[in-house]
Amino acid sequence: MSDLETLEQSLLSDIASAADEQAIEAVRVAALGKKGSVSEMLKTLGAMSPEERQTKGPVINGLKNRVTDALTARKSELRDVAINARLIAEKVDVTLPVRQSPAERGRIHPISQVIDEIAAIFGDLGFAIAEGPDVETDHYNFTALNFPEGHPAREMHDTFFFPPDANGERKLLRTHTSPVQIRTMETQKPPIRIVIPGKTYRQDSDATHSPMFHQVEGLVIDKTANIANMKWVLEEFCKAFFEVPSVKMRFRPSFFPFTEPSLEVDIQCDRSRPGEVRFGEGNDWMEILGCGMVHPNVLRHGGLDPDEYQGFAWGMGIDRIAMLKYGMPDLRAFFDADVRWLQHYGFRPLDIPTLFGGLSA
Amino acid sequence: MKFTLSWLKDHLDTDASLEQIVERLTSIGLEVESVDDKAALKPFVIAKVLTASRHPDADKLQVLTVDTGDGKPVQVVCGAPNARAGLIGAFAAPGAYVPGIDVTLSVGKIRGVESHGMMCSERELQLSDEHNGIIDLPADAPVGTSFATYAQLDDPVIEINLTPNRPDATSVHGIARDLAASGLGKLIYGAVEPVDGEGACPVKVSIEAPELCPGFALRLVRGVNNGPSPKWMQQRLLAIGLRPINALVDITNYVTFDRGRPLHVFDAKKVAGNLVVRRGRDGDKVMALDGREYVLTPEMCVIADDNGVESIAGIMGGEHSGCDENTTDVLIESALWDPITTARTGRALGIITDARYRFERGVDPEFMVPGVELATKLVLELCGGQPTKTDVTGYAGYTAKVVSLPLSEIKRLTGIEVPKAESLAILTRLGFMPKGDGDVVDVTVPSWRPDVDGKADLVEEVMRIHGVDNIAPQPLGAHDAVNGKILTTLQIRTRSARRALAVRGMMEAVTWSFIPAKHAELFGGGQDSLKLSNPIASDMSDMRPSLLPGLIAAAQRNADRGLSDVALFEVSGVYENDTAEGQRRVAAGVRRGTAKLEGSGRNWSGNSGNVGVFDAKADAIAALEACGAPIDRLQIEIGAPAWYHPGRSGVIKLGPKVVLGTFGEFHPRTLEGLDVSGPLCGFEVYVDAVPEPKAKPTKTKPKLELSAFQAVKRDFAFVVDKAVEAGTLTRAALAADKKLITAVSVFDIFEGASLGEGKKSIAIEVSIQPVEKTLTDQDFEALAARIIDNVKKQTGGVLRS
Repeated sequence: MSDLETLEQSLLSDIASAADEQAIEAVRVAALGKKGSVSEMLKTLGAMSPEERQTKGPVINGLKNRVTDALTARKSELRDVAINARLIAEKVDVTLPVRQSPAERGRIHPISQVIDEIAAIFGDLGFAIAEGPDVETDHYNFTALNFPEGHPAREMHDTFFFPPDANGERKLLRTHTSPVQIRTMETQKPPIRIVIPGKTYRQDSDATHSPMFHQVEGLVIDKTANIANMKWVLEEFCKAFFEVPSVKMRFRPSFFPFTEPSLEVDIQCDRSRPGEVRFGEGNDWMEILGCGMVHPNVLRHGGLDPDEYQGFAWGMGIDRIAMLKYGMPDLRAFFDADVRWLQHYGFRPLDIPTLFGGLSA
Repeated sequence: MKFTLSWLKDHLDTDASLEQIVERLTSIGLEVESVDDKAALKPFVIAKVLTASRHPDADKLQVLTVDTGDGKPVQVVCGAPNARAGLIGAFAAPGAYVPGIDVTLSVGKIRGVESHGMMCSERELQLSDEHNGIIDLPADAPVGTSFATYAQLDDPVIEINLTPNRPDATSVHGIARDLAASGLGKLIYGAVEPVDGEGACPVKVSIEAPELCPGFALRLVRGVNNGPSPKWMQQRLLAIGLRPINALVDITNYVTFDRGRPLHVFDAKKVAGNLVVRRGRDGDKVMALDGREYVLTPEMCVIADDNGVESIAGIMGGEHSGCDENTTDVLIESALWDPITTARTGRALGIITDARYRFERGVDPEFMVPGVELATKLVLELCGGQPTKTDVTGYAGYTAKVVSLPLSEIKRLTGIEVPKAESLAILTRLGFMPKGDGDVVDVTVPSWRPDVDGKADLVEEVMRIHGVDNIAPQPLGAHDAVNGKILTTLQIRTRSARRALAVRGMMEAVTWSFIPAKHAELFGGGQDSLKLSNPIASDMSDMRPSLLPGLIAAAQRNADRGLSDVALFEVSGVYENDTAEGQRRVAAGVRRGTAKLEGSGRNWSGNSGNVGVFDAKADAIAALEACGAPIDRLQIEIGAPAWYHPGRSGVIKLGPKVVLGTFGEFHPRTLEGLDVSGPLCGFEVYVDAVPEPKAKPTKTKPKLELSAFQAVKRDFAFVVDKAVEAGTLTRAALAADKKLITAVSVFDIFEGASLGEGKKSIAIEVSIQPVEKTLTDQDFEALAARIIDNVKKQTGGVLRS
């Protein structure tokens, strides 16, 4: 065996036995470095005769190429080994839990969600949303709404009052959202189509009455709006809100000082399953709202001529329709801020009600 | 308003079934609240005791054989002392439910003897409290037939939920009129014939307060015999929940319900002198028929005699002059009382009576005199006696209202065409008198309908009788375009703030607008003008000046339930004063325990620390950002309100004047005052203080300018006095070159002895974006020098060596 063959075998054996990238680099330097064994061989070519170079040259270069290839291959092998070793070392327990996203933890209160649902529906019917203050005057809450002084209807409202001011006038907490009807008529010319969600207050407290509650009022005023239109709007609303293909509603003549004619509306439902109300089926009637044609005196108080303008209004409890739709049993829990209740009955922050995506998920 | 079916049929000739009547009542606006069809009494049949013998093993029991009408006598064990052969009574078979003992019968053995049913007492049927023996019927009672039918106890009771505008429907007659108008039978008019009397009523009436009493009719009946009223009257009164007293009192109650005409009877021998109708005087007191003493005021109307107050007008009579079984001479009063005064008096004294219920709605003035006549007739029938003439004082007569009704109004308001003839017929059947042949008719309003004032009221009458169900829904005129924005800026911001805070892991609470006075005072509120005069509870007395006390209290309630790490927010109103403008729209939140943005409590990857001022600050800024506030122009200053921790709180401002919000940890005294504990932080931002966005002619966004040159970051650390605020330093660095420097962030704060007493180091990272050319080393040196220079000028800080 020639020296070259011996060298080659020795180098290839070193390459094969190099255990890591550092060892392989040492082999490379020993063979192909400036003073490496193969490099030294290559240097001898310069001193050779052309003939000798012609025979030795390819042999030495062949050796160099084979050693280079072997080095490259072994290096690649060793990198794979190193990477694999690192990957094994880096292994973690992926079953460890991660923290829940804040957006999954947060909740929107059912009242806010239902108000957004109402806004989505009435927005589609061309209504705007109006608001007004909770602390009201007797004028806006009663007088302008055709509640005669001393009338029993006024007393049925169980009003919260503030102390009288220097002029003997006492402000009150609005007992309904209807004062905003007058405030709107005072500032906006018909046609008017508004819904008014907001807080209302009455001195009353049990499982279905709370001293603070939420109402949504609707008002349409133009030159033609009538009871037939009102029936249509309310039926469309109930279908859309309760997300059922059809509802049966019963309109009963009733009395409110600020509407004439006045009606109360019952919705047909099935309450045979405990804790659940199904609409569009069943044999029960449940009262859900009051409505009627805006009383001529109310139009006058709003600065409108009742022979020129006409319209209808309705009001219903937001908390109540929320309870009916989503099955909350007790109104008092709405205002307790118990996070277990909010977690259960609340809505995820990114579930924004729309008509195109369905009101509720 | 309660009545029975047979009572209704005294006034309404109809073949309609109970179901039809009930449904019609509701559909014409007399909402039926409940119907008791007396099904509970159906199982009881009339049965005859054939034999009675002593129970072999019990002294007080008997073994009866009872004929229940089917020819097969049954054996019944009975403990009643009056049980005997030949007795006819009410029998309940096994399977029947006996309401008085709340038991469903089965065949049982009593002391070893089988019993196949029960002979019942009145108490067991809940007819009375009588339980000394079983029901003992006359010998001609038909065995085998329904006991309830025989005893006339199967008369269904209907209760309607009457709206306050319908005084006419506080009477069975008025309800019959409505039903007849709707086509469900014929009204039986039952006109009241005057009863002749002899001589004038010896007791005179003077009305000193005519504004409270527009009429008073009085009549004396001498020589009456006031025993119990007849059974039919007692049964009707019992059926509607009234306890029979004696004939005279029962007559007044009967007429009250029959005709909506409350009456009062005085025992004439107990009345001293004449009667005076006047306002109450200070010191006036009366012992009323309910056995309670009431103190009267000048706002109330009373009837007095020489002894003092005898009756609270329109509400309740006095005990002293009331009628009892010894009454021989009776004064019958039928008067008119001012509705508002009656309502106020009743409310002030806390008395609810059938008389008040009617007078505060408005009693038919034209039935004042017929009321006395009807009562007299009944008194004579039931008690005998000799009446005087009726003495009427102060009644000026009734002037009927006339309402002009264009018939087109019905279609205009309801959307339905009702033929003219039908409209007029409906009004006529209700007692209105329409006159005229044209399209506009003059309608005279009957005396019993004080609620009808205008044409809309008449439209309602036609609509409800014609039938609301006949109105077909018609779409509201569609809009001709895609809907535009329907929310105001404030509404949009309110919604955005809610969703933004919920996305930060907070839960939306809705807390009370009224809070305890102490809580309000702790947060700058508590002024008198925002204190409720009549709070529902003493700790719900003051309109909240801030959402924070309610949220902090809510967090504590959760902590008390073992949930100590909670993050709550609310976007709602607070009240600075009692004007409309004083109601502010605020977004507020609190975090408690370790309820941080990224999560709370312990976790293998690192436990959450206690919440603090910076958690609140981040929430506040997130809320403001959602509201569209210009975040890059916000100024953070110290000087938050007193309820915050003075060293761990801040104010968010826009310019020198506009306060957008506050944030921080709370003052220990605040937490003490709220009686809460634990790590807490909170914020409050004024949604309505964020300026409106400027209206722009287009929605186009400004052109995106991307620099071709690489952005660079350079770090600086400055040693400054401890009091220097990081905000001042970063602003100074930023101001060094507004063109090149795009951002400055603080990445380290260090305090240590090496820096010297009262010093700290603030390390900042400055982001530099060349815009015109790549910066040279000289350029960077010059920029760094400007930064160092400006920081030194603004803060006195020097580069840390």
